[in-house]
Amino acid sequence: MTGASFWIYLAILAGTTYLVRVIPFVAIKNKIENKYVQSFLYYIPYAVLSAMTIPAVFYSTDTRLGAVAGAVVAVIFALKKKSLTVVAVAACVMVYVVEMIL
Amino acid sequence: MSGIPIGLGYLSVSFTFGIMAVGTGLYWWQATIISMLTVTSAGQLAGIGTMIHPGLYMEMLISQITINIRYSFMSISIGQKADSKFKGIYRWILGFMMTDEIFGVASSRKSVSRSFFAGLCVFPYLGWALGTLVGALLGEVLPGSLLSALGIALYAMFIAIVVPEMEKSKPVIVVVLIAIIMSCGFKYLPILQGVSTGIAITICGVVAALVGAVLFPIEEAES
Repeated sequence: MTGASFWIYLAILAGTTYLVRVIPFVAIKNKIENKYVQSFLYYIPYAVLSAMTIPAVFYSTDTRLGAVAGAVVAVIFALKKKSLTVVAVAACVMVYVVEMIL
Repeated sequence: MSGIPIGLGYLSVSFTFGIMAVGTGLYWWQATIISMLTVTSAGQLAGIGTMIHPGLYMEMLISQITINIRYSFMSISIGQKADSKFKGIYRWILGFMMTDEIFGVASSRKSVSRSFFAGLCVFPYLGWALGTLVGALLGEVLPGSLLSALGIALYAMFIAIVVPEMEKSKPVIVVVLIAIIMSCGFKYLPILQGVSTGIAITICGVVAALVGAVLFPIEEAES
């Protein structure tokens, strides 16, 4: 793709993405006191992350079995309170090993 | 440190984006510029899908806002945790890097400082830009088995964030289950399959958190 069209598309793509992120970040300065809003904001990370993870995690590698094995390892390591990095590496290793065997 | 696994995960995702972008007819430098200025997976993929057709500027605008609106909620959430120095120009600059994964890690902290957030962003940004560049230039170079294993890294991190909180709090278990059931609905129910991933995640997240807030409002500010 050449010409002005690309740059216009790029400006819209990058511009809207940036503003959607930054405007609420900059505009809402005060601590929110309302307990329902507070609770909503407390729950939203876990809700969003869960929705992003399941079922997508089961399709994140070449084989379904590898992905399931990796996810199970991740849950086990997470229950043992391992750090994010350790959980991620353990899951990757598990997927790699399972897919080698298959 | 937490930025490294995100960066690694981004390498493989943006690598794929690089390959796909060149596949739709973009030049390698166009794919790389898109990644360097946008840093969002679903939005960029939808974006190059729109770019193939000439003149759909309004469609680009509307689809980008709906796919990315989840970032607004994330920014509000992190804004509540930002410490007193993390304001003004720092929010204008660092807010650019509010991705799903960076949000995930930052939200696992009680308080977020600007230096922590900035440090967290370095590897993901490099990973995202470099992955796109390499993907666009070289195509399939890494062995598939390695790419496949890296594909799970981001999700493993999400699991590492959510599971410990489920152990601590019953309401979180309920919220998580609602989100998962809805998310599976968007994936498997034919009537909902047309909804884009970004919008589906936003709907699942907002509904589940709303139900949580109404059923189990938190009395003390513990978050």
